[in-house]
Amino acid sequence: MGWLYQGLLVAALAFLASVAVGNLHDNLAARGLKLGFDFLWQEAGFEIAFHLIPYTASDNYWRVFLIGITNTLLVTVLAIVFSTILGFAVGIAQLSGNWAMSRAARIYVEIVRNLPQLLHILILYNVALRALPAPRAAISLGDAVYLSNRGILVPALTTDRPGLLALAILVGLAAALALFRSLTGYAERSGRRVNAWLPALAVLLLVPALAIGLSGAGIGVSVPQLKGFNFAGGWVLVPELSALVIAMAIYNAAFIGELVRASIESVNKGQREASAAIGFGWWQTLRFIVIPQAVRVLLPPLSNQYLNILKGSSLAVAIGYPDLVGVFTGISINQTGRAIEIVAMTMAVYLAISLLIGALINLFNHMTRIVER
Amino acid sequence: MTDAATLPAGRARPVPGSAGAPLARALSWLRQRLFASWRDGLLSLAVLAMLGAIAWAIVPWALFDATWSGASRADCTGSGACWAFVSAKASQFVYGFYPRAERWRPDIAFALLVAGLVWLMVPRIPAKVYAGFFMMIVLPVATYLLLHGGFAGLAVVPSDQWGGLLLTLILAVSGITFSLPFGVLFALGRRSRMPLLRWFCIGFIEFCRGVPFLTVLFMAIVMLPFFLPSGTKPDPLALAVVGIIFYEAAYMAEVVRGGLQALPKGQYEAAMAIGFGYWRTMFHIILPQAVRKVVPGVVNTTISLLKNTTLVMVVGLFDLLNIVSAGVSDPLWAGSQAEGYFIVGLVFWLMSFGLSCYSRAIEARFARAERT
Repeated sequence: MGWLYQGLLVAALAFLASVAVGNLHDNLAARGLKLGFDFLWQEAGFEIAFHLIPYTASDNYWRVFLIGITNTLLVTVLAIVFSTILGFAVGIAQLSGNWAMSRAARIYVEIVRNLPQLLHILILYNVALRALPAPRAAISLGDAVYLSNRGILVPALTTDRPGLLALAILVGLAAALALFRSLTGYAERSGRRVNAWLPALAVLLLVPALAIGLSGAGIGVSVPQLKGFNFAGGWVLVPELSALVIAMAIYNAAFIGELVRASIESVNKGQREASAAIGFGWWQTLRFIVIPQAVRVLLPPLSNQYLNILKGSSLAVAIGYPDLVGVFTGISINQTGRAIEIVAMTMAVYLAISLLIGALINLFNHMTRIVER
Repeated sequence: MTDAATLPAGRARPVPGSAGAPLARALSWLRQRLFASWRDGLLSLAVLAMLGAIAWAIVPWALFDATWSGASRADCTGSGACWAFVSAKASQFVYGFYPRAERWRPDIAFALLVAGLVWLMVPRIPAKVYAGFFMMIVLPVATYLLLHGGFAGLAVVPSDQWGGLLLTLILAVSGITFSLPFGVLFALGRRSRMPLLRWFCIGFIEFCRGVPFLTVLFMAIVMLPFFLPSGTKPDPLALAVVGIIFYEAAYMAEVVRGGLQALPKGQYEAAMAIGFGYWRTMFHIILPQAVRKVVPGVVNTTISLLKNTTLVMVVGLFDLLNIVSAGVSDPLWAGSQAEGYFIVGLVFWLMSFGLSCYSRAIEARFARAERT
């Protein structure tokens, strides 16, 4: 019986596909189009307001595609960082013994998560950022970070050899991580107390500093300064990017807060009592008893939430931030008419990242599963 | 701040002295929950001051200093909200560009929806199976015929004139009523013993869960017409509805699958033992238990579907959020973003919060049923 049903399914799908391909052929012929990716090498001819890699209007659509991906990843990473910080604060605050604190966190969660993310973004962009002063009267945080209706300005690291610096930072990170792992491993094996944070931090800073010092590369910090009517120097987070990151951080922090709360509550109360009974203090209980057990519960849904942030970053198109959907699926389709190729490429990018992260989650689950005797 | 044993779940801390006089009890509660130590007290005061400041900023703006009527933004001279904007545009926010003389038709559709929801949600009204039939078959067909017209002397109102809350509800209700049954089918398919069917369902579900809803909308509206017979001009609203149903069905499928996996194998074996076939096992034994287990997940997916309907603004449909944004760009009312977004937020918040309260009520009812 089973094979009959499956045969019918395959036949139905094949029939649908053949009809769709036939229609596609007719439609393309009627519009004088043909499928193919040759359009990627055409000149795009439009400006993009914000890009991390060099771009001019005479570059081709492949470059536009790459800019879309990098802009999407930039928003995603920033939103993940800030929503994680805010979300952990909200989650822990919800469990606070202090009534005012837990109520405030609860109110935040209930208001924020019941509003559409798009509404958050539009409010931030059209109401909150518009209410900020013009650059001349910008709100200054310690004369280094400025908030104005032209966006957020932060100090930037400038160097004439960015490749070298990036490599040095990566090497430093890897070395610091390796040192940290070996020190904590030693601490666990020997039972001695070892401070692993300080040496790791030192290595993290020392490697880039040495690389810069030995190679004689120029390096400096560019602090934004008011010149006339606008700012010069520093790194400008355009208003679209700022609004998007802040709104996404606020929205997703409510969900992450709930995940953090649920994961801490999932740790059996007896575990905390036992920990207090052997004389652990508040921090030791949290660090050695609660967090290791909570993380196992937290990480799968948390990484799911990170995927939601990646997918939600596509809402950038509503306020004109040039992310992958805005600049590639939006403008490029309008200009070239290559709807099928472009939508397929866009989906392939998101799908590839999602499947990759999904595989990593599965790997993590496999590695941290409780091994019972 | 607190002792080691209670911090991460401090809410469970008992309040000593709860047997005393009301005043003493209140003082004891205050000391325990707000002023346990001087640091705790400072924290409480800071948080309460912040909440107070927010309320102090919003309440006078929204109520006391607001302007309630007027013909343009110029009439709003007070420092508060300009609700004149909302009252002037209210009918557009609800009906979109639906012709003024024909608005009794959406009114009837709203009434049918409310009747169906009451029937479905109030436990005391019997015959829920027919309510489901009403919501899934009668309501969509009746609403479409009524709104579109073109028979019995009703003027045709093409769907590009439907908008506002009406459109939001059309998208949300059709998405909600159809994504659950499709989701159940995909979940069953994913757990089926037939490999081809299983692979098809896995592929579909993982595809939908891996891409943003916005790209599915783009696919439905920009890409799908290429695969339809040439000459047909598909309705963008219909394409958007199809996109929503299938996208959310994938999420529903994963929620339902969680419930299916949580059922002990004995349930399947017992159904087999009394001679039930596949469909009877599923519909009489497995699904009623599985769906009960996943009510919170289903409602969460429903709420996210409701919020996702706002994304249709990107492909040019005028749902509630988009029509309010359009109203703000009216030169007469320029600068009314805050008021417009406040109203949209209120509507969505009430709908979402209502759904989650309903979900909690159902869970409580199932839990009671379990105990007795």
